[in-house]
Amino acid sequence: MIETKNINFHYGDFHALKNISMQMKANTVTAFIGPSGCGKSTFLRLFNRMNDLIDGTRMSGECLIEGEDIYKNSGQVDELRKKIGMVFQKPNPFPKSIFENVAYGLRVNSMGDKKFIEQRVEESLIDAALWDEVKDKLKKSAFELSGGQQQRLCIARALAVSPSILLMDEPASALDPISTSKIEELIHQLKKEYTIVIVTHNMQQAARVSDSTGFFMMGELVEFSETRKMFLNPEKEETQNYITGRFG
Amino acid sequence: MSKKLNQKIAFTSFRILGILVVGILFWILGFIIYNGISVISWEFLTTGPTDGMSKGGVFPAIVGTLLLVIGSMAFAFPLGVMSAIYTSEYAGNGWFVKFTRIMTNNLASIPSIVFGLFGMVLFVNKLGFGDSILAGSLTLGLLALPLVIRTTEEALKAVPNSYRTGSLALGASKLQTIRRVVLPSAFPNITTGLILSIGRVSGETAPILFTVAAYFLPKLPSSIFDQVMALPYHLYVVATSGTDIEASRPIAYGTALILIAIVLIINLMATFLRLKLEKRNKQK
Amino acid sequence: MKSSKRIIEKIIEGGLKLSGATTSIIILLIIIFLFKEGSGLFQSPSVENGYALYLNSKNTVNDLDVSEIKHIFDADITNWNEVGGADQEISVFRFDDIFEIYSDEELGEHYSLLPEKIKEIINENPNIIAYLPKAFAPSNVEGVKVLPDKTISFSDFFGGKEWMPTATPSPMFGVIPLILGTLLVSFVAILIALPLGLGVAIYLSELAGETTRKFMKPTIELLAGIPSVVYGFFGLVVLVPIVQETLNLSVGETAFTGSLLLAIMALPTIITIAEDALRNTPTAMREASLALGATHWQTIYKVVIPYSASGISAAVVLGVGRAIGETMAVLMVTGNAAVMPHTLFEPIRTIPASIAAELGEAPAGGAHYQSLFLLGCILFLITMVISVTAESLSKNQPNKGV
Repeated sequence: MIETKNINFHYGDFHALKNISMQMKANTVTAFIGPSGCGKSTFLRLFNRMNDLIDGTRMSGECLIEGEDIYKNSGQVDELRKKIGMVFQKPNPFPKSIFENVAYGLRVNSMGDKKFIEQRVEESLIDAALWDEVKDKLKKSAFELSGGQQQRLCIARALAVSPSILLMDEPASALDPISTSKIEELIHQLKKEYTIVIVTHNMQQAARVSDSTGFFMMGELVEFSETRKMFLNPEKEETQNYITGRFG
Repeated sequence: MSKKLNQKIAFTSFRILGILVVGILFWILGFIIYNGISVISWEFLTTGPTDGMSKGGVFPAIVGTLLLVIGSMAFAFPLGVMSAIYTSEYAGNGWFVKFTRIMTNNLASIPSIVFGLFGMVLFVNKLGFGDSILAGSLTLGLLALPLVIRTTEEALKAVPNSYRTGSLALGASKLQTIRRVVLPSAFPNITTGLILSIGRVSGETAPILFTVAAYFLPKLPSSIFDQVMALPYHLYVVATSGTDIEASRPIAYGTALILIAIVLIINLMATFLRLKLEKRNKQK
Repeated sequence: MKSSKRIIEKIIEGGLKLSGATTSIIILLIIIFLFKEGSGLFQSPSVENGYALYLNSKNTVNDLDVSEIKHIFDADITNWNEVGGADQEISVFRFDDIFEIYSDEELGEHYSLLPEKIKEIINENPNIIAYLPKAFAPSNVEGVKVLPDKTISFSDFFGGKEWMPTATPSPMFGVIPLILGTLLVSFVAILIALPLGLGVAIYLSELAGETTRKFMKPTIELLAGIPSVVYGFFGLVVLVPIVQETLNLSVGETAFTGSLLLAIMALPTIITIAEDALRNTPTAMREASLALGATHWQTIYKVVIPYSASGISAAVVLGVGRAIGETMAVLMVTGNAAVMPHTLFEPIRTIPASIAAELGEAPAGGAHYQSLFLLGCILFLITMVISVTAESLSKNQPNKGV
C-alpha cells in the first residue's frame, strides 16, 4: 500500500533521513519509534508532503502510495492531502464550533451538500468515539472541550474527508492516561477501515497498538519488522539497547 | 479547480496592492524630491527668507527646528527612560504598572493638536512662559514622551533575564545591575527610540502653532523665552498663506524636501542601528 | 554595602518611582486644564461679553434664543410676530449706527450724552432691537428693557447646527457640522484604507518572501514617518487638482480629498498591526488546515483571519483614531467650510482643523476660546475611547486550546 525506496532527505546541509526503504500493508497499524531527533516525524510528514512547507529541504528517492509516486506531480498536493489524514501532537482545533471543525475538510474540498456534510460530521464523530459526548453541543466552541476530547475532535476532523491513510504524530503525548487509552482503543477500531502510521516515543504504546514497527536512529531505519518480533526478539543490537532502555 | 483559481485571483490582487502601496510612497517622495531638489542650495540652507518669503532661504527655520528638537529631547529623554526603567524593572505586575501602561498608551494616542492646546494653556499662559522655545520644547517633549517610554520598555524587555540574575547572584544591587548590565545592553535599542522620537518631533506642526512658532523673525533667538521659526510651520504658512503663494512655491518645495530628508536620514539611522544589533546578537 | 551608597540608591529609586507616575500625572493635568477652560463656555453669556440686547419696554417679547438672534441680525427674520411678538417689522439698531445719526459734538464730551440719545431712539421706536455695549447703554430707565443674559447652553453647543464663532451679536457654537465633518472624512478614509491595508498585511505575512519583506517593511515605516504637514502639502499640490479635474468640481478641496489623504496616512498603522496579528497565528493551526487539503488562500480566509480577528479590529480602531486626530493634512485639503456636510464632494471642516485654524484668532478667555477647548475635550475623549477599545480588543485573542 505504502512503499518507499531509498529516501534521502536534507534540511539544508543536515542529512535527516538516510536511504530509507520500507513497505506498509493496507489496513495495518505501523509504529515508528526511536530517540528524539531520529527523523521519525520527518519521515511521517513525507507521506502527505507537509515537509514541502519548509524552505531549504531536498529529497531524493521514491515515495509510492498505491503504486504512484506522490512527488511526481507537484500541482496536486491538496488532492493528496485529502486522501491522507493527519493528527498532530498537540490538539489544534480551529477557532470554530465543534460542528464546523469536523465539517472544515468537507467544505474546503467542496464535498457534498448540506445534508451530506451533516451526515459525515455525525459519522466521523461516531468513528472517533466522541459523538455521545458532543451531540448536544455541536455549536459550541471547540475550545470548550478537554484536551482528550479536542484530540478526538481532530481525529474526527481528519476522518470526515474519508481518507484511506491516517498519519498520527505522537497523538497521545500531550494527553492524560485515560484519554491516551481511549485513543489507543480508537486506533484498534479504525484500522479496520484505514491504514494507520503512528509516530510515538512511548514504546509500550507501540507494542500495544501496532502490527509492524520501524525503529529509527539518527536518520536511519535500523530495523523494521512485525511488532511482536521486534519487541521479543530484535535482530539488531541498537534495537535491543533502545527497547531495554539503555538509552533514550 | 476553482479553488485554485480563487487563490490565484486573491494572491495576485494582494501582490498588486503591495506594489500600489510602495508606489504611493515613491510617488510622494519622488514628487517632492523632483520639485524641491532644484531649490536646495547652500544659500537656501544658510540664509533667511527675503522678499516676502519668495526668495532666500530657510536657515532660521532650520535653527528653530534644531533648537526645538534639542529642547524637547532634553525633557523627554531622561524622564522617559527613567519612567520606563521604573515600570519594567521595579514595579512588578501589579495594578499600578497596568494602570501606568494604559495611561502611556492613552497619551500616545492623543492628537497633536490637543497637546498644542494643553501646552498653550499650561506653559504659555498659566506658567507665563509666553510663546517661547521653552513652551514649545515642553509641549513637544510631552508628545514624544510616550514614544520614548515605549521603545525604552521594549529595549529593556529584550535584555535576557539571565544577565540580571547573573549580576544579582554576584552580589550587585538592583540599581547597579541596571546601570552596569541592563542599560548598556539595551543601549542601541534605546538609541533607536531616541532617533525615532527626534524624527517625529521635527515634523510636528500642531503642537508648536500656539506655543512657539512664528512666521517671520528678523533675528535668531537669543534666549529660551524667544519665539522661533520652524520647518513644518514654515511649510504650512508658505504653502497656504503668505503674501504670494505662487511665487513662494519653490520655497515650499525646498522646505518639504528638507523635512523628507530628515525622515529618510532618521529611518536610515534607525535601520542601520537595528541591523548592527542583529549582527551583534547573532554572534552570541 | 556602604550605608551612604544605600541612601543614594534609595533616593534614586524614589526618583524612578516618581517618574513612573509621570504619564498618569500628565493625563490628569490635561484633563484638568482642558475641561476647566472648556466648561467655562457654559458660563459665558450667549451675547458677546460686555454687550446686551435692548428692547422697547412695550415690546411683548421677553426672551430670544441664540438662533433667533442670529437670524434677526442677518435679516432672515424680519417681523416680531415670527418670535412671538406683535405684528411689527423689526428695526435692527447696532451701536455704530448712532454715529451716523448724531455728530460727535451732539454726543457730548466723552460721549456723556450717548446713553440719553440712545434712550430717545429706543423710546421712539417700539419695534427696535438695539445691540449695545453695556457701558454706554441706558440702564434702569423707563421705556427700555434689556434682554436677560443667557449663558450658552449644552443644547446650543452639542445640538447646534451652525458653527459661527465670530458672528455678532451672538456667536454660534453648534458642533454638529464639525462632528459630522470629522466622522465623514474619517470613516470614508477607513473605508478606503481597510481593504488596502488588510490586503497588504496579508501579502506581507503570508505571501512575500524574505527579501520582499526586508524591502517593504522600511517602506511602510517611511510612509509612517512623513510629517502631517508634508502630506498636507502633497495633498494640496497634487491631490486637490486631480480631484477637481477628474470629478469636474468647482473646487478640489473636499471631504473626499481629505479621505484619500487620511487613508494613505492611516495605512501604515493598519498594515503593521494587522500583519503582526496575522503572523501570530499558530503554525499548528495552519498545518491542520493544509493537512485537510485546503489551499493556502482557503487557510488564510477560513482560519488565519478569523483567528486574528481581534488583532485586525485593533488595527482598524487605531487607524480610525489616527484619522480622526489628524490636523494639518486635513486642514490643508478639505477647504475651510464649517458647515453641515451634504455630499462627500464639498469642502468641510473637522474638529482638529477647526481648533488649529481658529485658536489664533480667538481672544484668550472669551467664549470662542473656550469653545475651542471644549472641542479639544471632545477630541481627547474620542481618542481615549479608541485607545481603550483597541487595547481591550488586542487582549481578546482566542484561546489556543490545550
